[in-house]
Amino acid sequence: MSAADIYRPSLGERAGEGAMTLLLVLSCAAIFLPLILTFYLSAFDEQMIVFPPRGYTLAWYSQIQAKFGAAIWTSLRIALAAVALSLLVGIPAGIGLQRYRFRGRDALSTFLLSPLTVPGIAIGLAIYVLAIWVEENTGVTLAGSLRLLILAHVLICMPWVVRLCLAGLSNHERTTEEAAASLGANPLMVIWRVTLPAMRPGIIAGALFAFIISFENLEINLFLVAPGMNTLSVAVLQYLGYHIDPLVAAVAVVQIVVVGAALMLLDRFVRIGQAIR
Amino acid sequence: MSYLRLDGLARRYGETLAVDRVTLDIEQGEMIVLLGPSGCGKTTTLRMIAGFVDASAGRIVLEDREIGQLPPHRRDMGMVFQNYALFPHLAVARNVAFGLEMRTMTRAEREARVAEMLRLVKLDHLAARLPRQLSGGQQQRVAIARALAIHPKVLLLDEPLSNLDAELRQDVAREIRLLQRDRKLTTIMVTHDQQEAMAMADRLVVMRDGRVQQVGRQEDLYERPATPFVARFIGNSNIVSGTHTGGRLVVEGGSAITLAGAYAGDGPATLAVRPERITLAPPAGQAQAHGTVLLSSYMGAMVEHVVALNPTTQIIARAPSSGPAATQRFAEGESVSMMWPASSETLFDSSNHLVPNRTDAPRSNERISSHA
Repeated sequence: MSAADIYRPSLGERAGEGAMTLLLVLSCAAIFLPLILTFYLSAFDEQMIVFPPRGYTLAWYSQIQAKFGAAIWTSLRIALAAVALSLLVGIPAGIGLQRYRFRGRDALSTFLLSPLTVPGIAIGLAIYVLAIWVEENTGVTLAGSLRLLILAHVLICMPWVVRLCLAGLSNHERTTEEAAASLGANPLMVIWRVTLPAMRPGIIAGALFAFIISFENLEINLFLVAPGMNTLSVAVLQYLGYHIDPLVAAVAVVQIVVVGAALMLLDRFVRIGQAIR
Repeated sequence: MSYLRLDGLARRYGETLAVDRVTLDIEQGEMIVLLGPSGCGKTTTLRMIAGFVDASAGRIVLEDREIGQLPPHRRDMGMVFQNYALFPHLAVARNVAFGLEMRTMTRAEREARVAEMLRLVKLDHLAARLPRQLSGGQQQRVAIARALAIHPKVLLLDEPLSNLDAELRQDVAREIRLLQRDRKLTTIMVTHDQQEAMAMADRLVVMRDGRVQQVGRQEDLYERPATPFVARFIGNSNIVSGTHTGGRLVVEGGSAITLAGAYAGDGPATLAVRPERITLAPPAGQAQAHGTVLLSSYMGAMVEHVVALNPTTQIIARAPSSGPAATQRFAEGESVSMMWPASSETLFDSSNHLVPNRTDAPRSNERISSHA
């Protein structure tokens, strides 16, 4: 190859590349700066958030357990229960929607995914009003119970589970199920030994997404938490009403770490971009 | 009573009959190939036997037992799918073991059977691999081993060679045929490839539009096609339609073909002639047809001449390029005469039924249906 064949970018092309790089750096900064700042603030040795701080301390982290421990525990329990219930309903729903063409299939599909499109605050209010209405008419107390809160979370977790189960099945070869049947597997065995293993990445992704959605939720919790019972998001909001100190930043860091760990776990099983396309 | 009997098997999808009353008797250890163009109902027939498609009518009888109502997992059929359908999350050995895990069997028995099957398909060294780490040919052998491991009553092969490279195909076809013969496996294979079918079958079933056109051994179909479709599909016969009158077939464009045999009944008719049974010669009086060479192609072992009887009717003649039967080469534009023996032509009437040659020894089609 002669020297003349070597490709040389023109000035305009090089300027374009430079602009792209700049845009990339700015975008990354916009994403990561608040995160970094949160870490930074959480270590301020100040009662208020003031610049520059007198010094740095990790003391705020030791207060989390006392001030927010119960709320974190409640949030975790709700999230785990909601995820479990969502999987219980969402996996069979995903299989059914993918496999069968039946009357009302589209309607059911839309219905299962609809909580994605309704603002959380509206869902929270609606469930709250419904619970009050049920209580007035039947005397059954629903509002303010952990069970109702978990069911409400199932509502917002389910679309993710169904959607990711469907995505997980899109590359699944149905003939492998026929192969299993011809080899002597009854229909339940086919699901257990062939369909579910094929869905595994989708199920894990759905579960982790659902966990994050539930754990971070604020709007529904605002309406449905019982007196004396707080989720982390509500507790943080209430705390912020009276104090602005580095403790909130420390709690935020904990939350970021929990969610970030879930996302990293998720990425080991599925490429996120692929799963939510 | 035959080993496996399909009795009036039919499948209707809405208004269309995908499979129209297929009746077939299959002997134990026999290799049957269902052959036909896409949409002829061959795959649907196979899937009905496997139990994946419910028959709209008819019965499937295996060893004197009606199995048409049984779900697939209780039919004991080993199936090899076109895309192999291996379980992607299981290693080769676990794929092969799958059917055995569905049966009561000790672990030692199971492992011995898996090892035996992997040796049989020469994949013992790849037992721990995942399917995606194998080549297409290797995947297919896993699929065969998996289907055979359960010692199926019938082996079903759905286009098993169509996803393989062309050069692999003939080797694999021979391997499957040898395996089938040595283990006396009752096998039903589906293919659209005539060569593949001829190479592998004990008997062939030619299907079209959901119906069986003809059942028979290779020679039966080749020498005595029951319909023009079979004549064309098996070995690419020349098919010429025209009017049969006084021992001649007057074709479109006005040319006449002198039939080699003698047939009853004048009227519209279709003639089928094998290209490799036609002899070309310089123009002569005593010939079946006369024409002009349109194309002359040297194909290696064969030489092919396309001869135009008139602007609308062409006949293809093929002959060896060397050896005692080698053909004379004719240049494009030369006039030639075509000759063929009566045994190489088949005449069909207007409803595509075979018209027997009266001068010939009785060329019964009974042989075809009574065979087996």
